[in-house]
Amino acid sequence: MKSNRSGKSLLLVLCFALLVPVFIRGYFQMHIAIMILMWSTIGVAWNMLSGYAGQISLGHAVYFGIGAYTTGILFAKANMMPWLGGLIGGGLAAIMAGGLGLPLFRLSGFYFSIATIALGEIVWILFTNWDWVGGARGLFIPSIGNSWWFMQFSSKIPYYYIILALFIITLMSAYYLSRSRAGYYFKAVRDEFEAAMSLGVDIRKYKTVAYSFSAFFTALAGAFYACYILYIDPDSVLMGKISIQICFFTILGGIGELWGPLAGAIALIPLSEFARINFSGGGRALDLLLYGILIILFAIYQPHGVIGMFKRWKRKNL
Amino acid sequence: MKVLNLTTGLQVLLGGLLTGCIYALVAVGLALIWGLMGLVNFAHGDFLMIGMYVSFWLWALMKMDPFVGLPINAIVMFCLGVFVYFFITKKVLRAERTSQIFATFGLAIALRAGAQFFWSPDYRMISTPILGGVMKLGELTVSKAHLIGGIVALSLSIGLYYIILRTDFGRALRATAEDRHTAEIMGINTDKVFAIAWGIGGLCVGIGGALMASYYYIYPDVGLMFSTLAPAIVALGGFGNIPGAVIAAILVGIVQTGFSFFMNPAYKLAMVYALYLLVVIFRPQGLFGRR
Repeated sequence: MKSNRSGKSLLLVLCFALLVPVFIRGYFQMHIAIMILMWSTIGVAWNMLSGYAGQISLGHAVYFGIGAYTTGILFAKANMMPWLGGLIGGGLAAIMAGGLGLPLFRLSGFYFSIATIALGEIVWILFTNWDWVGGARGLFIPSIGNSWWFMQFSSKIPYYYIILALFIITLMSAYYLSRSRAGYYFKAVRDEFEAAMSLGVDIRKYKTVAYSFSAFFTALAGAFYACYILYIDPDSVLMGKISIQICFFTILGGIGELWGPLAGAIALIPLSEFARINFSGGGRALDLLLYGILIILFAIYQPHGVIGMFKRWKRKNL
Repeated sequence: MKVLNLTTGLQVLLGGLLTGCIYALVAVGLALIWGLMGLVNFAHGDFLMIGMYVSFWLWALMKMDPFVGLPINAIVMFCLGVFVYFFITKKVLRAERTSQIFATFGLAIALRAGAQFFWSPDYRMISTPILGGVMKLGELTVSKAHLIGGIVALSLSIGLYYIILRTDFGRALRATAEDRHTAEIMGINTDKVFAIAWGIGGLCVGIGGALMASYYYIYPDVGLMFSTLAPAIVALGGFGNIPGAVIAAILVGIVQTGFSFFMNPAYKLAMVYALYLLVVIFRPQGLFGRR
């Protein structure tokens, strides 16, 4: 019954999403739609670990950056097509997360979050000072005109469909993860820690798997970003503020909710682009001020985000 | 690359020690709250930034030197701490961990952006501090602001520890940390204890900010590093352990200074974070923590 409903809502969203380019024509509007899907993809990936397993990663930009840099470097230095470069980046991110998972998951709660921040800082500093990949100046990806092979298009529509496909795949993976044995273990440990522990659930192994999946999809989104923007530098893909942005839409949409990231991104990306264009002149950062206040308010009053609000409203009224 | 001999070694040790003492003052405020409430203030470094701006504006508008204005700074920041407790922290005290993390995380972003919004992202500097210039200690050179700052910071950290060990308030605080409900039954107003602890946390960074304002640039993101570094220092020292936090802070100061002097300053923080990660992976309870 439940699974049926999820399937229906997925179909509905899919139909709507497929038609978006028919209704939206403007370059800028298309860009916003692409950004919504990209941040939703990353949010869903982040949710796999932080939402379902309850381990809040505040350093996920590491994986976004690894995906973007691997794709960018392989393209710029070895002329490798980004489809393959992206997969290699995703694989590297998954291996790294897998290797780090077992030691990192000895830490829980705040300790884990602080460790992920430290990890993010280390990688950011290393890339900022690594001259071969452009250091702080960043890395340009050569523009070679329209080519499916190299994922470069003059129109925004192909980019839109590529990121839509990635979003759907990520969403389905998250769905299956949450319904798998690992998903039920996470729920058990999150809600009834002592009881689950006393039953001998070895959660570290499963958390590591979730971490790897999460890193993999985050890196694929990073690869997409590199191909879409054609320029990457440590401050735009690895810096701490990117890690914040990764959590941001999901917090507002609903942590641990399948549709949370999308809801948050739809609600906020147009708003934040609007705020950035209209109010942030002269580096005044009004958009960030709004972000911060929204995060505080949601953390205090709506910890389950927009989706949580909606669910409560539905329970009351239907 | 510089050569290690007695003079450079002592110079680095002194510089690292003094930097570490300031870090310690910032970290003890955090450790106090963490140990008491089991909650990390991710905006702690941004409190420090506000403290530095308080010093800056006292100097810019009223010609008051940061060192002279130190008590005012302490009072202002104490009030900020109490305010944040009542309006933010208190509301997530019983909430899920996620809410606890993001409430102060959001506060950090808001404070940083707020400072940029109201005071612009410009770098500012107090150009004529009383504690300007350097002094010689035998072969060693040290800036006056750094020396006095380090000494004051260390004394305050020790003073705070003494308050926690020996005064009635300290006993109430430790009782609350141990078992909140029993403490309440014993007639301790835990709400007040929490509020004062947040006030003290603010006071520590307020004073830290006043001390740093004499020799450091002041800009909205100046606290960013501390918001990240301070929790790492406290975790390195051990959960809510104040002497542990002080020792870890001094260790971090020395490693950082030594690495930037002898190796490459660009990687100093990467080095510190790597050290921290290595320690907590093998000793999740930190250097001086108990399991």
